[in-house]
Amino acid sequence: MINLKINNLDVKAEEGWTILETAKFYGLEIPTLCHNDGLSNYGACRLCLVEIGENENTKLVSSCTYPVEEGLEVHTDTKRVIEARRMMIELMLSIAPNSKVIQDLASKFGVTKVRFKVRNEECILCGLCVRMCKEQMDGKAIGFQNRGFKRKISTPFDIRSEECRLCGACMYICPACQLKCQGPQADTTICNACLTMDPTCLDFYDELQCWMYDAGRCGTCIREKSEKSDSNKQAKNAKY
Amino acid sequence: MNTDIQKVKSFIAKYHNQKKALISILQDIQAEFNYLPQEALKFTSDYLSIPLIDIVSVATFYRSFSLKPRGKHLVTVCLGTACHVRGGPKILEEFERHLNVQAGETTKDNQFTLETVACLGCCAIGPVVVIDGNYYAQTTRRKVSLILKDYTKKEKDNEGHKEN
Repeated sequence: MINLKINNLDVKAEEGWTILETAKFYGLEIPTLCHNDGLSNYGACRLCLVEIGENENTKLVSSCTYPVEEGLEVHTDTKRVIEARRMMIELMLSIAPNSKVIQDLASKFGVTKVRFKVRNEECILCGLCVRMCKEQMDGKAIGFQNRGFKRKISTPFDIRSEECRLCGACMYICPACQLKCQGPQADTTICNACLTMDPTCLDFYDELQCWMYDAGRCGTCIREKSEKSDSNKQAKNAKY
Repeated sequence: MNTDIQKVKSFIAKYHNQKKALISILQDIQAEFNYLPQEALKFTSDYLSIPLIDIVSVATFYRSFSLKPRGKHLVTVCLGTACHVRGGPKILEEFERHLNVQAGETTKDNQFTLETVACLGCCAIGPVVVIDGNYYAQTTRRKVSLILKDYTKKEKDNEGHKEN
């Protein structure tokens, strides 16, 4: 067993665990996007950043790829971490503003502006589909091509691959290209409907009745509760 | 096409059918055909049992590999910082105008491929243009047509010899 500290909490971890796995085991939430339990860790989205080290000597690492060490000190929610996460969300939002997953993250973490040129692409190069195809489907039909600004995910020679069985697993797992944000069309890139809509989820029922169709996971109800306590007491009661 | 495959096979054999020699094999293929033909990559993939997508990833990652047929002469215009301030973009523009292609493209007669490079490491002689390994120092817009004339002329001379 390896002893380490997460948020000043003494925790134990098995050898070979990552910080993310350890935190999850203890119920500490670290947001992730490119991580999936069934796939290898990749560390592309940088959402799971945590701060490690003591006193002045700290650095940001991606918790999904960092194996636990004896005596490691981890902080999952320092100011530096949250600022870095917000920046990552802002950057991803500028690439794929149509993604509901990313819009939800933006609302959840209070990202209310995008300072970058919007590219309106449908890929944030998280590599989930590539890993899905290779590791779970044994397809090896898609992969990264080119590099730098031109980096993209495609089949060899951009034609239908002989290895592809059209199983659709890549689309199933994609956080950016499938699920479009259901919120009202905002004037700007950023939707933030979950933050500004009035009224929003007055009651929290189940997946079918939630207007965002994701059973309150978008964070709408949570936000409204704290800000407009009167009209949303019901939601509060329903949620907890 | 058959001969091509034989050649590719001999390149792979040269490296004892080792997967780790992929880049060397690709370099040999590129040297032979001037680009990486799809058939050659597919054959390499089957022969070495490397997924085709991995080979394509490597081939597209490095600038020295090309999946499209390249022209006979490779014109490389340096657009590094030093060459940039000394007028590299203008030289490139001039080449584009003369060859009637954009950077990264090949002329219709397959004679010239125009490419840009970030830095060649010889900033003192910038703006630099390299054609088939020959360096042209302190290029100016006026020199561009002269440089190109060298190569088009050589081409004509060679053709003349063949006819004779």
